[in-house]
Amino acid sequence: MTIYNLYIFDRNCSCLYYKEWTRQKEAGIPREEEFKLMYGMIFSLKSLISRLSIISAKEGLVGYTASNYKLHYFETPTGFKFVMNTDTSVGNVQDVLRHIYARIFVEYVVRNPVARPGEHVDSELFAAKLDDYIQDLSFK
Amino acid sequence: MGIISVYIVSKAGGLIFSHDQPNTSAEVEATFNCPLGLVLEEVDRQVVVKYGEKHGIQVGYSLVALNGQPVANRCIPDGTSAMTVLTNPENYPVSLKFARLRVSINERIMLLSMFHSIYAISVKLSPAKHSSGIQCLEADSFKFYCFQTITGVKFIVVADNKQQKVEDLLKRIYELYADFVLKNPFYSLDMPIRCEHFSTNLTRFIEEN
Repeated sequence: MTIYNLYIFDRNCSCLYYKEWTRQKEAGIPREEEFKLMYGMIFSLKSLISRLSIISAKEGLVGYTASNYKLHYFETPTGFKFVMNTDTSVGNVQDVLRHIYARIFVEYVVRNPVARPGEHVDSELFAAKLDDYIQDLSFK
Repeated sequence: MGIISVYIVSKAGGLIFSHDQPNTSAEVEATFNCPLGLVLEEVDRQVVVKYGEKHGIQVGYSLVALNGQPVANRCIPDGTSAMTVLTNPENYPVSLKFARLRVSINERIMLLSMFHSIYAISVKLSPAKHSSGIQCLEADSFKFYCFQTITGVKFIVVADNKQQKVEDLLKRIYELYADFVLKNPFYSLDMPIRCEHFSTNLTRFIEEN
């Protein structure tokens, strides 16, 4: 069981943080373009889901499964978007994404006095804590 | 509730077939006093809730009946606009029925061709080798299953979370398509499907599942 990569976006469509662990295939386009494409895809999927829902227009996206990978999505009320790609044997990782947000992102980025909101996260402490947490996950 | 809709998208991204299971939309009827407590707006010949929630009515619900009279084309049967009735405080209390209407056919064509492109993007963004595109898109209350054949035709089923084994069902729909659409001598490829046998067999098949 593998985690391929993690994207963190803010509400203004900029990618605050990207980290890959065992990615097997590159998209073949510059990283910045890839972030835009990923954000655009998530945005379109959200609008597709809200239109197709027969219950409510506030339907949330959970993720999708393709034949060889799985995308997991978690959004906070403040508009931070966490996108994680794993292989297909991984179950629901909403709790993992929530943990990354509440215990790592909030602690080491939001509460960091020198980190400016909306800018790329350079904090080494955040990167180290995130990496430790991902390495410790039982399904890694 | 089970299966909500079935769509078939051609290899060019055009919607060639769509089927909705009847009686799957949410409906709410309630009596309101003045002030209404909901902000309504006229969109595309419908009166839609723009802001506010009450009695389980949510943003995006459309007004379908006013005091038991059906609302069509934003008007009640005598020709008065529903908004005119609702802005006059003398007409209250009023009984209103709201429903979450299904997407219109034009919007459906737009959404499914958008999905066709998203499918291609999801292949490009794949971090794993040789992956297909989206096969199962998961939302809070429903799932959207897509099966792409080798020839590029996409079979799409929207089903609620409780529906089991939709992958098998999609393959059965593909068989029905091969039997009743492709073997029909009057059907030209990639054109909208208007085959009575296909529709009846599909409806029967969905009801069995």
